[in-house]
Amino acid sequence: MEKNQNNILEEVTTSDYKYGFHTDIEMDLAAVGLSEDTVRFISAKKNEPEWMLEFRLQSYRHWLTLTEPTWAHIHHQAIKYQDIIYYAAPKRKKELTSLDEVDPELLETFKKLGISLDEQKKLSGVAVDAVIDSVSVKTTFTDTLSKYGVIFCSFSDAVQNHPDLVKQYMGSVVPSHDNFFAALNSAVFSDGSFCYIPKGVRCPVELSTYFRINAANTGQFERTLIIADEGAYVSYMEGCTAPMRDENQLHAAIVEIVAMKDAEVKYSTVQNWYPGNKKGEGGIYNFVTKRGICKGSHSKISWTQVETGSAITWKYPSVVLMGDNSIGEFYSVAVTNNFQQADTGSKMIHLGKNTKSTIISKGISAGQSNNSYRGLVKVIKRAENARNFSQCDSLLLGDKCGAHTFPYIKAENHTSIIEHEATTSKISDDQLFYCKQRGISSESAIGLIVNGYAKEVLMHLPMEFAVEAQKLLAISLEGSVG
Amino acid sequence: MLSIRNLKVSIKGKEILKGINLEVKAGEVHAIMGPNGTGKSTLAYVIAGREGYEVTEGEIIFKGRNILDLSPEERACEGLFLGFQYPVEIPGVSITNFLRTAINEQRKYKGLDPVPAVEFLAKMEEKKQLLELQEKLASRSVNEGFSGGEKKKNEIFQMAMLEPSLAILDETDSGLDIDALRIVATGVNKLRRPDNATIVITHYQRLLEYIIPDVVHVLFDGRIVKSGGKELALLLEEKGYEWIRSES
Repeated sequence: MEKNQNNILEEVTTSDYKYGFHTDIEMDLAAVGLSEDTVRFISAKKNEPEWMLEFRLQSYRHWLTLTEPTWAHIHHQAIKYQDIIYYAAPKRKKELTSLDEVDPELLETFKKLGISLDEQKKLSGVAVDAVIDSVSVKTTFTDTLSKYGVIFCSFSDAVQNHPDLVKQYMGSVVPSHDNFFAALNSAVFSDGSFCYIPKGVRCPVELSTYFRINAANTGQFERTLIIADEGAYVSYMEGCTAPMRDENQLHAAIVEIVAMKDAEVKYSTVQNWYPGNKKGEGGIYNFVTKRGICKGSHSKISWTQVETGSAITWKYPSVVLMGDNSIGEFYSVAVTNNFQQADTGSKMIHLGKNTKSTIISKGISAGQSNNSYRGLVKVIKRAENARNFSQCDSLLLGDKCGAHTFPYIKAENHTSIIEHEATTSKISDDQLFYCKQRGISSESAIGLIVNGYAKEVLMHLPMEFAVEAQKLLAISLEGSVG
Repeated sequence: MLSIRNLKVSIKGKEILKGINLEVKAGEVHAIMGPNGTGKSTLAYVIAGREGYEVTEGEIIFKGRNILDLSPEERACEGLFLGFQYPVEIPGVSITNFLRTAINEQRKYKGLDPVPAVEFLAKMEEKKQLLELQEKLASRSVNEGFSGGEKKKNEIFQMAMLEPSLAILDETDSGLDIDALRIVATGVNKLRRPDNATIVITHYQRLLEYIIPDVVHVLFDGRIVKSGGKELALLLEEKGYEWIRSES
């Protein structure tokens, strides 16, 4: 006879992380711990100009005055910031001019992840800036992009080659004193991506970056800066998988987006870092500050995220709607299983007139996990006719997990219209039986139902991501549903 | 095709089916009638393998094999189809996606490769026409926002796509207006073949004006108390279930 649902749900917890492998590559490491010397070491390693070092040092000094935030609905052991190695880079034997020169083991890693750095990407129209641990290994399509005047490179390269742009915009959306983790990142960030789309240019390819945490005991602190100048458009994809690791790893990234007048930026993430084992040991601690500013009128920033990984996710991609008639969007699917904890959501800050924002959040909890939506919709006095629609749905699998919603609304203008809808549901026995009666196994049925539930969000992902995301949802809940 | 022998089923210790015997051969249409609460739906669910029902005695032989140890999905893959009295909504899952998943899982069970997309879509088209269904059905989410009639038509459509050996239609006529009823019945008749069989569960004679059964059974208080030809349905309609009650 058929297994009862709880048994099936427990099996979910027995499915192992499928991306748990580890590449042995010689690493160039900083000493353990964090001090001004560490900051100087990192800056020197990267051959940074004085202003950059100064930015880091100021951030570091400010960080020392801060304490970790405690308001999130998460619990973890104290992070020992002095036990972390703050810089790791694959040792370069020499300058690389072609793929053939890339460490074969590294290429193998990418292959396992399904990332091809070769010409196939060109055919699929994707330019890739692959980041392993801290240093960009290879950037493709720079030539194609440069024809359009698009700058797409590692953050380090941008510091060297486009210092004016970096100086102008770095920290302008997420100031280094914004929060504890932002300050930490600003002090020790290793690398990341930089992207500038000039006036009136519609970026011809989807830009994508794969981040990957690879060295044991190494925190990863990327920093991404995307600037879309007037009338520009870009779609940017960030995808992550990380190898298995026993100790918890800290990850504190910053993403800043600037959209000028009439510009549009679409930022998509699939995050699948190691979530820890079924007992709740290990896994990535993911404390990320992502924020965009719609600086000019009629600009638009759209965040779409599929979060299945990490032991702890602390992440609130936000949009500051400064320009009149600007639009902010947030579409999210967050899956937690076993002992994962997610506290995620969005902030929409309406400053301009006729600004519009949409928040669609779909939480899926299984095992003994906790999944929280936390959001803020703020409308200031002068933001006439601001509109927001928020929808926060929770889907529970089994009876040991938790779903929580913390929506905050602050409206100072009476012409604003703010709507908030929330639902909580379970996959019903009726749905499961209905699927099974058609010959669909429990596992496939859960995948089907969950993907149906998340469809509203998945449809906002670029095609190649959507397929991956659908698989990921099914894999993350393997054994838990039919 | 199907033979049920002395089937006794309890729910939470209460006996619902008290010794059912039923023999259905390939090519036949059987109707099971009876008042509410006599165990008709229980019988359908037990054959399909739904949990929560305790089989205390008897066996269900389907295509020569006792299926009581098989899971619901295995039974489905063996060729058993249940048309639900209350079809379930699955938000966000299109009928196309749902059926393709179902067909491919059934093919996998039989050791076959997934159905090629072109072939699948052609089949969808063919069956839609057969059942006179609207074009847009396929892209809608499974049963979401469907009217009662649409849900039932969708059940018949799934049956047409999955081509089961044995289909059990549980109160498929309930909640249908006369046009929908006719479409459902026409579908069932068109899908009728010498190598498949259908069990129609209903408590009105009305459906049987459109689907002519070979055998009619009357289920009462957990037992089949009467079996006969299609005239039995008419007799029931005329005399009412009180007649059965007084006879049993």
